Amino acid sequence: MMNFYNTLKTASLGLMAMGATAAWAVNDLPGGPAVNQLNLHPPATLIAEQQVWLHWFMLIICTVIFVAVFGVMFYSIWKHRKSLGHKPATFHESVKVEIAWTVVPFVIVILMALPATKAVVASKDTSNAELTIKATGYQWKWGYDYIKGEGEGINFISSLDEKQRAMSDSGKPEPTDDYLLKVDNPLVVPVGKKIRIITTSNDVIHSFAVNSFGIKQDAIPGFVRDTWFRAEKTGDFHGQCQELCGKEHAYMPIHVKVVSAEDYTAWVAEQNKKLAAKQDDPSKVWTLAELTAKGSKVYEANCQACHQANGKGMGPIKPLDGAAVVLDSDKSKQISVLLNGQNNLTMPAWKQLSDTEIAAVISFTKNNWSNKTGQLVQPADVQAARK
Amino acid sequence: MSAVLDSHGHGASDHGHDDHHGAPHGWRRWVYATNHKDIGTLYLLFAFTMLIIGGILALFIRAELFQPGLQLVNPELFNQFTTMHGLIMVFGAIMPAFVGFANWMIPLQIGASDMAFARMNNFSFWLMIPAAVMLAGSFFMPGGAPATGWTIYAPLTLQMGPSMDAGILALHLLGASSIMGSINIIVTILNMRAPGMTLMKMPMFVWTWLITAYLLIAVMPVLAGAITMVLTDRHFGTTFFNPAGGGDPVMFQHIFWFFGHPEVYIMILPAFGIISQIIPAFSRKRLFGYASMVYATSSIAILSFIVWAHHMYTTGMPVTGQLFFMYATMLISVPTGVKVFNWIATMWKGSMTFETPMLFAVGFIFVFTMGGFTGLILAMAPIDLQLQDGYYVVAHFHYVLVAGSLFTMFAGYYYWSPKWTGVMYNETRGKIHFWWTLISFNVTFFPMHFLGLAGMPRRYADYPMQFADFNALASVGAFAFGFAQVYFFFFIVLPTMRGQGAPAPQRPWEAAEGLEWEVPSPAPFHTFETPPKLNADANRIVA
Repeated sequence: MMNFYNTLKTASLGLMAMGATAAWAVNDLPGGPAVNQLNLHPPATLIAEQQVWLHWFMLIICTVIFVAVFGVMFYSIWKHRKSLGHKPATFHESVKVEIAWTVVPFVIVILMALPATKAVVASKDTSNAELTIKATGYQWKWGYDYIKGEGEGINFISSLDEKQRAMSDSGKPEPTDDYLLKVDNPLVVPVGKKIRIITTSNDVIHSFAVNSFGIKQDAIPGFVRDTWFRAEKTGDFHGQCQELCGKEHAYMPIHVKVVSAEDYTAWVAEQNKKLAAKQDDPSKVWTLAELTAKGSKVYEANCQACHQANGKGMGPIKPLDGAAVVLDSDKSKQISVLLNGQNNLTMPAWKQLSDTEIAAVISFTKNNWSNKTGQLVQPADVQAARK
Repeated sequence: MSAVLDSHGHGASDHGHDDHHGAPHGWRRWVYATNHKDIGTLYLLFAFTMLIIGGILALFIRAELFQPGLQLVNPELFNQFTTMHGLIMVFGAIMPAFVGFANWMIPLQIGASDMAFARMNNFSFWLMIPAAVMLAGSFFMPGGAPATGWTIYAPLTLQMGPSMDAGILALHLLGASSIMGSINIIVTILNMRAPGMTLMKMPMFVWTWLITAYLLIAVMPVLAGAITMVLTDRHFGTTFFNPAGGGDPVMFQHIFWFFGHPEVYIMILPAFGIISQIIPAFSRKRLFGYASMVYATSSIAILSFIVWAHHMYTTGMPVTGQLFFMYATMLISVPTGVKVFNWIATMWKGSMTFETPMLFAVGFIFVFTMGGFTGLILAMAPIDLQLQDGYYVVAHFHYVLVAGSLFTMFAGYYYWSPKWTGVMYNETRGKIHFWWTLISFNVTFFPMHFLGLAGMPRRYADYPMQFADFNALASVGAFAFGFAQVYFFFFIVLPTMRGQGAPAPQRPWEAAEGLEWEVPSPAPFHTFETPPKLNADANRIVA
């Protein structure tokens, strides 16, 4: 099989040279496309291996049928010509033959479907993942959130290298092996672990795909979908957004860096350090004025759309002004509502806000409008309630 | 009915009333056209014009993709080109062209005097002109043409400018036109056949169009519903597909492909019909397995309604959904295979000659089958995860739509144009056109299989450099293919329209059967004004 493949490749390269097309002095990109690649990417997961096998299986069966059927046709074209004096036969139906060439393809199709079924079932089994990562499509970049497993809490945005984008606009890009595939922050995952990717989108439909892993999953706004992979080897693997998502569709690549378990642990530690540096210190003790000032901003950004600037709510949205939960001297009630939501999440959970933000906005509502409780909630209270 | 109409215009005359006023001429002949042959000609010329416009858009695309980097257009305009190329080719070129063939040939083949609803026929043609102007003119609207791909997936459609609304209205008009055309075709076929032309004696082209017309009536309203929902989402505050208001973008894809998959058979079934007429004519042998051809066509049409979600494997369906749509899709290869086997069995032990219609027909079988096999490979959900939304898909559907539908239209043109124009086309030029088209087609689209396998996504204005050589090759092929069609029009079609060439005999093809060959060449303005009396096979008139 490989011999045939190489012959084909050499032959087509010869054809290229004759075509005298511009020679792009680039090399194969491991984990990405090779120069004039003729077949699927070398697989890096068992699923991709199955796909490659299935593709060869189908290609060979189809080629054999094609050669057989068209062998007959070309023999007929060659021999049954008027110019050779061939006289037309008069037959025009045969129930036996017609049943045969309905039943035989039907059986072949069933034989093809069997291994495909196995592969479908395997590729859809996203259970028992060791690491879960949410990939969010944005116009036009990818956001990654490590949701569960080692590295939980890490999140960052990954976008195309700006120099490459500018090269594309210039119309004369320099020969670059990873042209349009280089990103600022690659997705880092450990080798040999089952990684579940949850996809969603912030705007239009995107599609998260890495060829070497054999995965492609649309990222659909308002919905979450998932896929999984278990990389068998370390290295860099590349993919691109696969669903038309607007003008920069070609410029939101996916770069997955597969590293050893130790390297991954080191990477997680480094990321956590960076995240910690960015975060507020939850043990800081704030004054009421500081908290309400910050809280009013948090309120404007997150709460005002429903609860209104006057805190009176609207329609089914409950008022905060004069509300029992807000006025209650037991602070934990309101903290619990913000962390967990209520009324079947008509009031959503806001646990993605930081402890300081939640503390600030609660303090704000407890001391604004006609609410004059004088109570204040410290970030440490929220942190305690989270546990 | 005709007595009622006549009583207004012509008093009490019945037969031969046309002698009173003669054929209309000048622009009125075309604007007021009610004659199926004139309307057929209008459809075909319209479709060819749209083919050229859509082709020019394709060449812009290929020129941009000739090399990595953006040399000619920005990505936004590039997306507009891919979108409009698709919409114009599907709704402006392929579909109207087959309606043109239907108008010309169905009444001639079933021995009817005209289409059943002559004025609706006129309306359904002229409705396409404002639609086409709106569609092609959307490039000049603020924000440019729609840039969503021809599949107009939500919620990207919600981000488009006013041209999206123009596009939606244009699709509505084209859809209305198609539905009227289909009703006309169904009524004509079911009610206006000459005595003795039973359903199972109808020519295959008539059969395939009858089935196609039912498909059209079934699915065009579905498209209309989908795009109307997009319109109200855009302007009237509904959120059918807008997730921000609880809508479901995947639902749009389900509705779209419930239309879209039968749509691709709408574009290929009449092609099967044309081929089923040409192969026997040039093999000098009856079509093998006529009945099984009819059943195969019907099976394909029925199956086409239950396979739509194979376009959506990557949206994240449950396992059972993927498996169902995979099995159903693979099943379609069985009746399609039957058709190919029947054609080859028709050729087997025939007495073949290879005039241009036959060349295009054989070329069609060969190249279309390659598209069929890549379709089977794409139907396998696990392989599709690698290939979905990539160039392999682009290669596949051009193999079935260009080598499938377009090649058969060329075949049909060469086969029937002697009857239409009364002169023979130039055979040498026809052969040049065939080989030029076949070779440049494969140079353009064959390398796209490799690009797709290697992972190049479709609708990309720029691409990694490893893909450069195959893209350059495809671009060279595309320009050659484009020029072949310009050659076809100026050196083959135009001379025959001007009456240049050897006069065509009534039966230009030795063994072609059917009622269309029972009338002189060119076919007179009015044919079969009184129902002809047919022989037992319903393919000859007996005096």
